[in-house]
Amino acid sequence: MSLAISTLTPAYTGLEVFWFVIIAILWAGYFVLEGFDFGIGMMLPVLGRDDMDRRVLINTIGPTWDGNEVWLLVAGGATFAAFPNWYATLFSGFYLPLFLILVALIFRGVAFEFRTKRTLPAWRTAWDHAIFWGSLLPALLWGVAFANILRGVPIGKNFSYLGSFFNLLNPYALVGGVTTLLLFALHGAVFASLKTTDELQERAERVAKMLAPAATTALLAFLSWTYVNARDIHNTGLVPPFVPVVTIVAIAVVGWLLRERLGGWAFVTTAVGIVGLVATIFLNLYPRVMVSSISSAYNLTIGNAASAPYTLRVMTIVALIFTPIVLVYQGWSYWVFRARVRRPPVSPVEVVPGPAPVGGPAQTELEGAEASERSEGPL
Amino acid sequence: MTLDLSRWQFGITTVFHFVFVPLTIGLALMLAIMQTTAYRTRHDAAKSAKWEHMTRFWRRLFLINFAIGVVTGIVQEFQFGMNWAAYSRYVGSVFGAPLAIEGLLAFFLESTFLGIWIFGKGRVSARIHLASIWLVSVGTLLSALFILAANAWMQHPVGYKVVGNRAVMTNFWAVMTNSTLVGSFFHVVSAAIATTTMLILGVSAWHLLRAHRGGDTVHPAFVTSAKLAVIVGSIAIVATMFFGDSQAKLMEKQQPMKMAAAEAIYNTQNGASFSLLTIGDLSGNPIFQIRLPHMLSVLADNQWDGTVQGINQIQKAEVAKYGPGNYKPILWVTYWTFRLMVGCGIVMFLMMGVGLWLIRRRRLERSTWFLRLSVFAIVLPFVANTTGWIFTEMGRQPWVVFGLLKTSQAVSHIGTGYVVTTLIGFTAVYSLLAAIDFGLMVHFARRPEVSDDHGDTDGDDHDETHADRVPALVY
Repeated sequence: MSLAISTLTPAYTGLEVFWFVIIAILWAGYFVLEGFDFGIGMMLPVLGRDDMDRRVLINTIGPTWDGNEVWLLVAGGATFAAFPNWYATLFSGFYLPLFLILVALIFRGVAFEFRTKRTLPAWRTAWDHAIFWGSLLPALLWGVAFANILRGVPIGKNFSYLGSFFNLLNPYALVGGVTTLLLFALHGAVFASLKTTDELQERAERVAKMLAPAATTALLAFLSWTYVNARDIHNTGLVPPFVPVVTIVAIAVVGWLLRERLGGWAFVTTAVGIVGLVATIFLNLYPRVMVSSISSAYNLTIGNAASAPYTLRVMTIVALIFTPIVLVYQGWSYWVFRARVRRPPVSPVEVVPGPAPVGGPAQTELEGAEASERSEGPL
Repeated sequence: MTLDLSRWQFGITTVFHFVFVPLTIGLALMLAIMQTTAYRTRHDAAKSAKWEHMTRFWRRLFLINFAIGVVTGIVQEFQFGMNWAAYSRYVGSVFGAPLAIEGLLAFFLESTFLGIWIFGKGRVSARIHLASIWLVSVGTLLSALFILAANAWMQHPVGYKVVGNRAVMTNFWAVMTNSTLVGSFFHVVSAAIATTTMLILGVSAWHLLRAHRGGDTVHPAFVTSAKLAVIVGSIAIVATMFFGDSQAKLMEKQQPMKMAAAEAIYNTQNGASFSLLTIGDLSGNPIFQIRLPHMLSVLADNQWDGTVQGINQIQKAEVAKYGPGNYKPILWVTYWTFRLMVGCGIVMFLMMGVGLWLIRRRRLERSTWFLRLSVFAIVLPFVANTTGWIFTEMGRQPWVVFGLLKTSQAVSHIGTGYVVTTLIGFTAVYSLLAAIDFGLMVHFARRPEVSDDHGDTDGDDHDETHADRVPALVY
């Protein structure tokens, strides 16, 4: 290879590249999983006509939201260990947005648990607000954050962030934020249509159909702008064109899939769209992890941000052993809770013991509870 | 200013987080024990029903508490980068690894199987449902192990070398077998169990007292809960003291200033005889006996600041070793927190001893004076946990990583306004959560009845037999 190329593409160790990919996967996993949790949260006032509707919606993610959020914690921890400079610059630089995300996640998390602890309507309404805003705010702010990472923020010598909060509020980043917001809302609406029944399901489908064009538009705008930016600032990212194309196509067909009553495939495509968006951003970034708007000399890359090789080796071994195990049991938990959640009957008198009175999956919230209520023995 | 505010923020968020974490660790284990007993006695209807009732009752408190532990834990994971960027760059290679591994090994396990445990009844077999709570418990213990490995490295760095301007891990095994970790892990875990047993004892006592007052029959679940708490708690508190003592001995070698600071001021302010009682019993005889002649000679010389000399000697030694600077922690803090922690521990130890004696005499559930005491004693372990952490963290100052990095060098270069915002913000949010959580905990702790298999489904003030009650949804 020529000298020019070798200076243009400094050698990064395989481990550094590997951990860049792992962190990209963690973020993609986080956005796909918590994406629909956020979506459900945002759908609470839209789809939920009464308290019971909202309870049904919350229960669709009840058993799994906490495990979904762990993806964020692991992404954070992995960034800390594998790229300490990235972790430090990102979190100290994006200080206030991160604070807002944390407060949102705090209220949202306790809201799930606390909401049903009292029957007072004001109590429940307050926690409904917490779930709604606690879902909407992170859905918006994560998009803002990643758009800024890619667009570039004022980073000076020694990886120090020199900007302020307001550097992060630029049009491109806001488009990024609106994009993730709409994507997650759509993802959540599709998820709701798959996990609920009757009227609630119909409403979810209707809302998803309405959201699909909006999400497609925002995504198209964001990806186009990203493409223009990429050309303008001569970045070194490597994005095979099919990645953003697949991304936009995936979201563009959601509306059609819903009209064809292919809800399961619609969910697959919203997930593909989210993964594609994360992939586009990370491929565009590579080999950088944060772009400096001051000088490319100040960019954080997987080289200068990385941890020691020994740490990366240890982490790789641990990750290779335990990640498959985690994926298996987390996947299994989704299998356990695959049934749709439905409203309980108006009165227990109407409950017909025995098999499911209405067609559908073998086990629902209701039937599970009935079964355990009927059983006399422990457990 | 940024430094001080960041320290306050870290202190407030961490102390708050650690109010809930010990209960999560302890209750997960106690619930696993209760549910296992219910399962194993399933052929004995009365017995099984009692243990089942216990599981359901304590489970509500566990879940309320768990939620807060989770959400405040997220802040812990991110505030190193936010407020302590320089620290994060310096230690990321060593300190970041256990944090990441904690997430992968512990958090996924806890959260996934907690979901199975709460929602999975009737969908998974009884055995898998039982296994779930054990896996949650394992998750909490793994979490404690890895986060304490990270903390132990701050107290006593091992398995690293300094390359350029950062510490680089050279031996992960050394980090995970740090002598400081062994002591602190068992100390913290046994303290967490002791905390939980004090809560179980106190709440059970409240119900027993109420039954006595009203002349009602005592629900057997609370008698058994109280007995279980005393038996498990006795073991836990002895283990806490034993490992606390072994930690103190290590500290004398690894961080002599912290140990000196825990005792020194005490001598000048409170006199020798009290010192004999407090220190002699708890923090290990060797420390005590080494100090005693020194202190007496000081008193004989009429030098009231005798032990402060001890601190000064260490100060001189550290200046010689690390360069000019003040290596003394804030002495009144180390002094009082150490005493409060040890004092609460001793009272808990005595109470558990009395409890055991009462169980032996078959009088536990009828000893109103002891039950009353137990209700008030709920506060003791929380005071001990809080002061224990404040002591060990503030006693390490000015270091954030002992001997390697000072706290003043660790902070982010961010504007004071930002830190003020988050300090006020987190404090306000946490205060609100604390108030709500306390209200809910008290509310559910006082409700003896548990509604149905899904426990807490329908809030209070709701007639459980009412026709429109909702049995199906958990949340």
